Amino acid sequence: MIVEFGHFALVLALLVAMAQMALPAWGAQVRDSRMMAVGEPAAVSQLFLLLISFFALMHAYVSSDFSVANVAANSHSTKPLIYKMSGVWGNHEGSMLLWVLILAIFGAAVAVFGRNLPATLKANVLAVQASISVAFLLFLLLTSDPFTRLDVVPADGRGLNPILQDPALAFHPPFLYTGYVGFSIAFSFAIAALIEGRIDAAWARWVRPWTLLAWMFLTIGIAMGSWWAYYERGWGGWRFWDPVENASFMPWLAGTALLHSAVVMEKREALKVWTILLAILTFSLSLMGTFIVRSGVLTSVHSFAVDPARGVFILGILVLFTGGGLALFALRAKDMRIGGLFAPISREGSLVLNNLLLVTAAATVLVGTLYPMVLEGLTGDKISVGPPFFNMTFGPLMLPLLLAMPFGPLLAWKRGDLAGAGQRLMFAALAAVLAVTAVYAYSNRGPALAPFGIALGVFVMMGTLSEWASRVKLGVAAGDEVLRRALNLPRSSYGSLLAHFGIGLMVAGIVATTGYQEERIVVMKPGDSVDVGGYSATFKGAAPARGPNYKEDVAQFEVTRDGAAVTRLEPSKRVYDAPPQPTTEAGIHASWRGDLYIVIGDEQQGDAYAVRAYFNPLVRFIWLGALIMFLGGGISLSDRRLRIGAPVKRRRAAPVAAE
Amino acid sequence: MRGIRLLALWIALIGLPCAAYAVQPDEILSDAKLEQRARAISAGLRCLVCQNQSIDDSDAPLARDLRVLVRERIKSGDSDSAVIDYVAQRYGDFVLLKPPFKSSTLVLWVTPLVVLLGGLWLALRAGRSRMPARATQDMLTDAEKSKLDELCKRDA
Repeated sequence: MIVEFGHFALVLALLVAMAQMALPAWGAQVRDSRMMAVGEPAAVSQLFLLLISFFALMHAYVSSDFSVANVAANSHSTKPLIYKMSGVWGNHEGSMLLWVLILAIFGAAVAVFGRNLPATLKANVLAVQASISVAFLLFLLLTSDPFTRLDVVPADGRGLNPILQDPALAFHPPFLYTGYVGFSIAFSFAIAALIEGRIDAAWARWVRPWTLLAWMFLTIGIAMGSWWAYYERGWGGWRFWDPVENASFMPWLAGTALLHSAVVMEKREALKVWTILLAILTFSLSLMGTFIVRSGVLTSVHSFAVDPARGVFILGILVLFTGGGLALFALRAKDMRIGGLFAPISREGSLVLNNLLLVTAAATVLVGTLYPMVLEGLTGDKISVGPPFFNMTFGPLMLPLLLAMPFGPLLAWKRGDLAGAGQRLMFAALAAVLAVTAVYAYSNRGPALAPFGIALGVFVMMGTLSEWASRVKLGVAAGDEVLRRALNLPRSSYGSLLAHFGIGLMVAGIVATTGYQEERIVVMKPGDSVDVGGYSATFKGAAPARGPNYKEDVAQFEVTRDGAAVTRLEPSKRVYDAPPQPTTEAGIHASWRGDLYIVIGDEQQGDAYAVRAYFNPLVRFIWLGALIMFLGGGISLSDRRLRIGAPVKRRRAAPVAAE
Repeated sequence: MRGIRLLALWIALIGLPCAAYAVQPDEILSDAKLEQRARAISAGLRCLVCQNQSIDDSDAPLARDLRVLVRERIKSGDSDSAVIDYVAQRYGDFVLLKPPFKSSTLVLWVTPLVVLLGGLWLALRAGRSRMPARATQDMLTDAEKSKLDELCKRDA
């Protein structure tokens, strides 16, 4: 009954979304405030209905109702509760339901928090947002119904893929989708602005917090996925340029560009047209990512052609929104005149460079991801585009971006002083030179360029410190003046300082762990030791054990460093009950210096095991950097200016708000 | 059939049918230099039965055969490119994770450069009309003045 209720709520949500799509937009056209006012309650009730639908499906999962096809195919009665819950979005149908739920959350958030938006803009934004809902709700109901019942109820479910039964991965999709789908708001605002034919700095001010929120969640979502891949996939890597990873990385790159161009638009009213285009492109890449992951084109172009219903449907959605958005852009953009003027060497100029490089990077990832599919579809030729291609093309684009990063914020708006900025970065440059020497002194084993890569990360990190120092006039002004300036520096500045610092930390971690990873592949009998990364790990033997829904062989390693006991690692090999699939669980000892990472392989003759031991230097910096970026985004989001919204409104509201 | 499709979706979702435990101890060449070359070559060759994994990362039996093959060719004195050509000849371009530069991959390889240069050209073209030197440089409109005052007040 609850399942049917959820299904019914889903259909109702579609009807509400249709009304939300049509009435407010029409109302905005004919200036009818009653019709425009439909948007707000419609958005909230759409969210309410989708929550009912979502929790109905979750109830079916938690109560192991195997009469529901989706539950029977993806769950199992012995699965721990948390994975029964996360199983809801661990499959195609349920994850699309989560997708539209998050879409509705964002729509309702605009309806509720956007009370100071001009009425027509708000009506149009909600209408566009609803049109996306309609498309995806139709997709769900027509091709991917999560509530289909089975005629013959199986005794138990088929189970969730064991490698997905992991805490980080359980919460990875909601974060990722919040990011993906959050960019829909930027898209809706862009389309609404094009419909109205009016766009100004206030527009950027409304769009920026939503974009920032989406970006934060996408950042942390991608980092969680990478962190999971690191410890679950068992060979110490953290990124593979896998098409699924690329699917979320493309909107991240474009979204990062959007975040920066919106700053220019807000402060200087420049780059208006470009920011609108970027908002459309960013969400298009989110849709593209959804298409890549959800249509089945990944497995093979062939299987896509054999069972095309879903793929073609999403492709249709992609073409409709991207094509429609771009067509509207082509029609209306020429009416929007450019704003502020600036010289090439200026804050604006540096942000244009940022956008140029990030968008090229996104285009590179896009073409690399799609090319094999398109080529096979057109000519039947099968080629692979793997990590070597992306490293060759993506790396050179990031180099100038990172080099320029500390300079940008030190340049003045309109016309900057590059030499002056360089002077203020002397300290950072010196730190980078020291880093090169220190890395060479530590090891000359890695690739010749690795020390420079680490130095680049140091330069970026120290660059943010230099920027902070120059903003608070550290060493120039008196102590209390410095303190006053530090306290008065807006939170959005602290946010961007932190985010940039996080990038630097991440770069240092990426280069260190890529360039200086140590690896030992050995056969070990009980009592044998292996030395890696300054640690000595002694194999004590392996024993079978039993978990809640798996069997495993657990190996014992005693780890010492310079003779002193450090820890005991227990890497294991698991075989899950349902579906019966093996996984490797790494034994990891983390420290600031790097991770000791041990996995066991097949049992060899006489109690011996094949063992891989890695030392991954500074690998934690990668995820720590992402976490700092996330926090930076949060601090920036808490800035008063963003919460209050448009400057026009604020001036008018000032006497009231002076509490 | 439905099961297969679901499995395919799983693979699409996470992209790894092959568990990760690749190079086995018995495959490793005794000469560390040669082994290092073999590892570098393997990292650029695709495991044909996996989703987006190199033979260096995959424990599929076919990947193992390829790793052994690569090591045999290296031992018999082939250069790195000769080994790669040998494998590509037998298995096609599909095995190369770095696609070869030829007419069918031209668009792939030049796209980044075209986008970069095209974007640069657009930015410069748009920028030229935005140079402050061209506009009436020191003249602020009243609106700009009041905006400036507001900005100064806020940042102070």
